[in-house]
Amino acid sequence: MAVAESRARPRPARGRSSTLTRLRGWFRNPWGKPRFLVVFTWAYIVWSIVPVLIAVLFSFNATRSRTVWDSFSTRWYWGDPVDSVFHDPTLRHSLLQSFKLAGADVLIAVPIGVLLAIGLARWRGRGAGTSNFIMLFPLVTPEIVMGVSLLLVFSHIFTFVHTGTLAQILGHVTFSISFVVVIVRGRLFSIGSQYEEAAADLGASPFVALTRVLLPLLTPAIVASAAVVFAISADDFVISQWLSSGGPTDTVPIQIYAATRAAPLPSVNAIATIMMVSTLLIVTAGFLVWRLFTRGEHRAGRPAEDFGGAFNIT
Amino acid sequence: MYRRWLWPALALPGVVWLVLLFIVPFYAVLGVAFGTVDPILFQPVPIWNPLEWNVGWINEVLGRLAPGGIWWDVEVRTLAYVLISLALCLLIGYPVAYYTARHAGRWKGVVLILIILPLWISYMMRMLAWVNLLQTDGWVNDFLTTTHVLSQPRDWLGGSASTVILALVYGYIPYLILPLFAALDRIDRSHLEAARDLGASRWYAFRKVTLPLSTTGILGGAVLITLPMFGDYYTPNIVSGSPKTSLIGNQIDLYFHGGPQPTIGAALTIVLAAFLTILMLYYLRSIHRAQREGATTGAL
Repeated sequence: MAVAESRARPRPARGRSSTLTRLRGWFRNPWGKPRFLVVFTWAYIVWSIVPVLIAVLFSFNATRSRTVWDSFSTRWYWGDPVDSVFHDPTLRHSLLQSFKLAGADVLIAVPIGVLLAIGLARWRGRGAGTSNFIMLFPLVTPEIVMGVSLLLVFSHIFTFVHTGTLAQILGHVTFSISFVVVIVRGRLFSIGSQYEEAAADLGASPFVALTRVLLPLLTPAIVASAAVVFAISADDFVISQWLSSGGPTDTVPIQIYAATRAAPLPSVNAIATIMMVSTLLIVTAGFLVWRLFTRGEHRAGRPAEDFGGAFNIT
Repeated sequence: MYRRWLWPALALPGVVWLVLLFIVPFYAVLGVAFGTVDPILFQPVPIWNPLEWNVGWINEVLGRLAPGGIWWDVEVRTLAYVLISLALCLLIGYPVAYYTARHAGRWKGVVLILIILPLWISYMMRMLAWVNLLQTDGWVNDFLTTTHVLSQPRDWLGGSASTVILALVYGYIPYLILPLFAALDRIDRSHLEAARDLGASRWYAFRKVTLPLSTTGILGGAVLITLPMFGDYYTPNIVSGSPKTSLIGNQIDLYFHGGPQPTIGAALTIVLAAFLTILMLYYLRSIHRAQREGATTGAL
């Protein structure tokens, strides 16, 4: 559509005057394509992000209100001797618990997921299809179904696991493995098997080809999946809640959930902001490492999509 | 020699993990749902042998879900909320994905990052943001009263269906836009040029080329957000908390976290999972068909 036209008549040179002409054109015909789409998309982006920014803003409010802005203060982070994130033991413990679960999840789910992805991609025999199929299910099972089933398995079959941190870690790893597999598998497809074949032709055993050739090539995917696992673990509410034993095993999302249903203080906004900034920093770091390693590859122009592809399991 | 067992051996820890903590737990739900209840302690007594399963609880749940049953309203409400939210997500998400894939030009990278950004912000944080805005003295009411749309502040958080639907759309839409974008971005522009060269209008080319070729993305994204929405209980709890907006997920939550009968909750979980599996199989079949049709369209 637009492609055909832009070929027929070349675009006017960009510049201040052309911006003005364009703006005038929009004013005259706001419904023409793709002007409507431009406005619509940017309106969507504002709608999807600004409410969160307002919540961040109120975490710095000097009064107890989350609706009337007073002045800037760090009271809800550490200033307030009772209710700040730093001084309220409930909030402090939930922050620690969230980081503990996310860290353990990364350490366990990433190695298991990477090995599973390699195994499934190269394994051409009995059982490979079934395993591939099983792997997809945790991605589409509603979390409540997973929460119910894990709670019941720990109370009726694996009774040696009690609700609390251990059960929460087991649950988080269970839903994280599939994400790791999807990310690593995508990378395995894009690098193909020629490097391993070359290594084998030069006399490397499959194990040496795996550790010396394949794993280094997979580094960006491993880093990316670690960042993604951290993010989904820190974000998780349902599994953490179903497997929590209350008190110090409540995570940040559980605290936010509990507080919003009562009468929250801006300290809830503050703890949510801390969690959000930590997650975004880790994801950005993962993204930069991914970009660094995949620079110069033929798909390097679209790293954002590859990286965000973790959620695109279709 | 060990080439043959190296790959299965690598996959082994993951497969064992998923069997023990994904398949076996599901069997535990079956055992409880088809089990009995201790008459004195009211604790569920699971039955592990499928030949001895007691279908009483499932029948009880199906009776409650049938027209006239005590869960009928909840069931209809869940379907309505999910379908309305899905329709709104598609109506908002498709143009955004379309613009990003086709017309964003040099802004594509930035727009894509901004669209992916909400995926990395905690769901609870995003709900908290709206709870703040929708307070009785919040910014939404301020805006609507100063512009005289409302004569007095409205109680958005006290059991309003529109608030719950807004929250569902806000919460799930980023997960839909990404597959839509991927599907639209994959479409080869030469198909469109061919359609336009052969005299198709913009709208006709969109309807006959772009839309059919993005079906996989639409279906995939729709299933990706519909399945979790059917099991959602926290969204209505946060932004409403009223029984007037209670969903199926809230019933499961109540029977485990508030009520004395986890057996009923387990049976309802089984019914919900069965329903969602049917949805899932339908989706897989449609994907298969769409891919076949896509292949024919691609061969135009």
